[in-house]
Amino acid sequence: MTKIKFEKKDLLDIESLSENDITLILDTAESLKEISDRPIKKVPTLRGKTIVHFFHEPSTRTRTSFEIAAKRLSADTVSVSTGTSSIVKGETLADTARNLEAMSPDAIVLRHGSAGAPHMLARLVRSSVINAGDGMHAHPTQALLDMLTIKQRKGRLKGLRVVIAGDIAHSRVARSDIVGLTKMGARVHVVGPPTMIPMGMETLDVTVGHDIGRAVKSADVIIMLRIQKERQQALLFPSDREYAQFFGLNRQVMSKAKPNVLIMHPGPINRGVELAPEVADGPYSVILEQVTNGVAVRMAILYLLLGGPR
Amino acid sequence: MKRIWIRYGHIVDPDTGLDGVFDIVIAKGKIESIGDPGPDTKTEDCEVIDVRGKLVTPGLIDMHTHLREPGHEYKETIETGCRAAAHGGFTAICCMPNTSPVNDNQSVTDYIIKKAGKVGSVRVYPVGAISQGLAGKSLAEYGEMKTAGVVALTDDGNPVMNAQLMRRALEYAKGFDLPLISHCEDRNLTGRGVMNEGATATRLGLAGIPNASESVMVARDIALSELTQAPVHIAHVSTRDSVRLIREAKERGIPVTAETAPHYFSLTEEAVIGYNTHAKVHPPLRSSKDVKAILEGLQDGTIDVIASDHAPHSSVEKDLEFDMAANGLIGLETSLPLSLALVHSGTLTLAQIISKMSTHPARILRINPRRLKPGDPADLTIIDPLKEFTVRANRFQSKSRNTPFEGWQLKGKAILTIVKGKIVFHDGGPIKERTDTAAEP
Repeated sequence: MTKIKFEKKDLLDIESLSENDITLILDTAESLKEISDRPIKKVPTLRGKTIVHFFHEPSTRTRTSFEIAAKRLSADTVSVSTGTSSIVKGETLADTARNLEAMSPDAIVLRHGSAGAPHMLARLVRSSVINAGDGMHAHPTQALLDMLTIKQRKGRLKGLRVVIAGDIAHSRVARSDIVGLTKMGARVHVVGPPTMIPMGMETLDVTVGHDIGRAVKSADVIIMLRIQKERQQALLFPSDREYAQFFGLNRQVMSKAKPNVLIMHPGPINRGVELAPEVADGPYSVILEQVTNGVAVRMAILYLLLGGPR
Repeated sequence: MKRIWIRYGHIVDPDTGLDGVFDIVIAKGKIESIGDPGPDTKTEDCEVIDVRGKLVTPGLIDMHTHLREPGHEYKETIETGCRAAAHGGFTAICCMPNTSPVNDNQSVTDYIIKKAGKVGSVRVYPVGAISQGLAGKSLAEYGEMKTAGVVALTDDGNPVMNAQLMRRALEYAKGFDLPLISHCEDRNLTGRGVMNEGATATRLGLAGIPNASESVMVARDIALSELTQAPVHIAHVSTRDSVRLIREAKERGIPVTAETAPHYFSLTEEAVIGYNTHAKVHPPLRSSKDVKAILEGLQDGTIDVIASDHAPHSSVEKDLEFDMAANGLIGLETSLPLSLALVHSGTLTLAQIISKMSTHPARILRINPRRLKPGDPADLTIIDPLKEFTVRANRFQSKSRNTPFEGWQLKGKAILTIVKGKIVFHDGGPIKERTDTAAEP
């Protein structure tokens, strides 16, 4: 394999990555994965590097995953969350950024409710900025771990049929998955009630449908999205019950799917809404592999941004 | 006061139909005479300004300006807003009532008029609120505000969501001969939207505002204008749907007029890419299809007026995450050059531009007719249509810097602005007679 250098300062979204960049990240993640299986799960690669985890929105999975990834590479980590940050005292993101910058961290991992917040941060600081989810815009490390999981199971991404089902409109995971998967040559079909499909979807090079039963038939991979209860107030759907019946993945819908289909979910799952329990825990589900791969992908990102020869 | 003799200017006056090279003499705040360029007899009591190759037009009016005083003087004051207007070629501006306190009563109107008289270089016409506190609940005191000097009514910034209130406002205002200016937006359809709905918003992960958010209200206001036979002026038209509705309403004789702002024909939603908060504005920048329809609406007269919707904000409101940043951009100092670009591109004639920035606003607001005629107040704008310059916000007279046009190369701008016979702005550059005026930085 010819080593391609990763020349970027930040990881802000999948759009700014090339096909080669994505391949490099996935290959790096693959090679770092074995560290997590060692009895002593630590290498000195990022010793002396400081990483700030700045989470402006609640998160368990992503934040833990980033912290573990950083620690396995021996980086020093600091966590700031909304409750403990000066944001509650009325400090702006720009000022918080400048203050963090003054303490010279090597990377800032940002989770933020506003689309574009990491892009703004990246303009203001010299440190590497890693987007851990911004509003409805992007969640690049989730897309990368999804691609890694699919690649491990299917051996490729090119030519696969991937169905993404649920609230596409409000999902940063869906956006990043769509951009990444189509870039890598997969064919993406999105499915959900029309209230959850944003305008101009076709310009993202995907097909759109509203019938999950029909959608699963030819799918190699099905990515289910979390349904947020508060969307009911936004008039996107009438009830959990009806959603589960018409747009959820249950045994009956699964009976139409290919025998080797993969079921994925970015978590946390609403059991009984988008995923019937027997499907979530069933043989096709690779949801926990996604979580494991999350650590590897985040280690790869940290390594490529901070550790590799720049 | 010395007479001013403006020589060899190309006069373009859509109202009187004057179009040619004439001299104008201004005395005692009024136009004394207009005639063929006479012999060069410089007299003692006369300041002579040679404007060869330049355009002389009736004074421009910006009928949609946010001055921010009282209440938000850190963004703009009456004084700085007037100065920005003068530099942009405007001899008069209409200031929106969303100040703090709101201009929904005679004492605020009074304050603005007195302050403008003291510090303002251009004419300031206050626009009063439709509803008390812009809250959309009850009528403000139109009679008293009219007596104090408002020329129109609007809740601009907020839509009048209650159709019954809008109906009563139209009827009640009609009795005082005050036009209503409607900010057309259905707040429920806007929801949490922060930019135009469509592929760009979907890519950026920003909540979208559909065209229908504007057009359902345009349709409603047209229906209410038809019902009440009261005039309604649609502010900042941004969508192709609105243009079509207004065109049809005009064909049916409904007393509706409309304005758009230069950013709605100069920019598309793509200006937002990169989360540029200077391109965040209400209504949002739309698609190229909408821009095309706006231009057609300007051409065929569906859109009567070009107004800046000058909305100053400081970095406190703009240097934020996109969805938290304030809406609005400043336009007084770019409005005319961006409009002249339509003349350079052959989209509109010069006379059309002058009508939309001077004659029509005056007619809609029933203020001094804008025309160049002996005996009329000497409000005029002199434009160098070929002057090229680069937009630099840090050279603006406005207190604020929130423009999406930073760095744009534009051609054509005002070089001399005269209000009531007094020079309020004079670009020292090309005109040699006055060396005492400092050149624009």
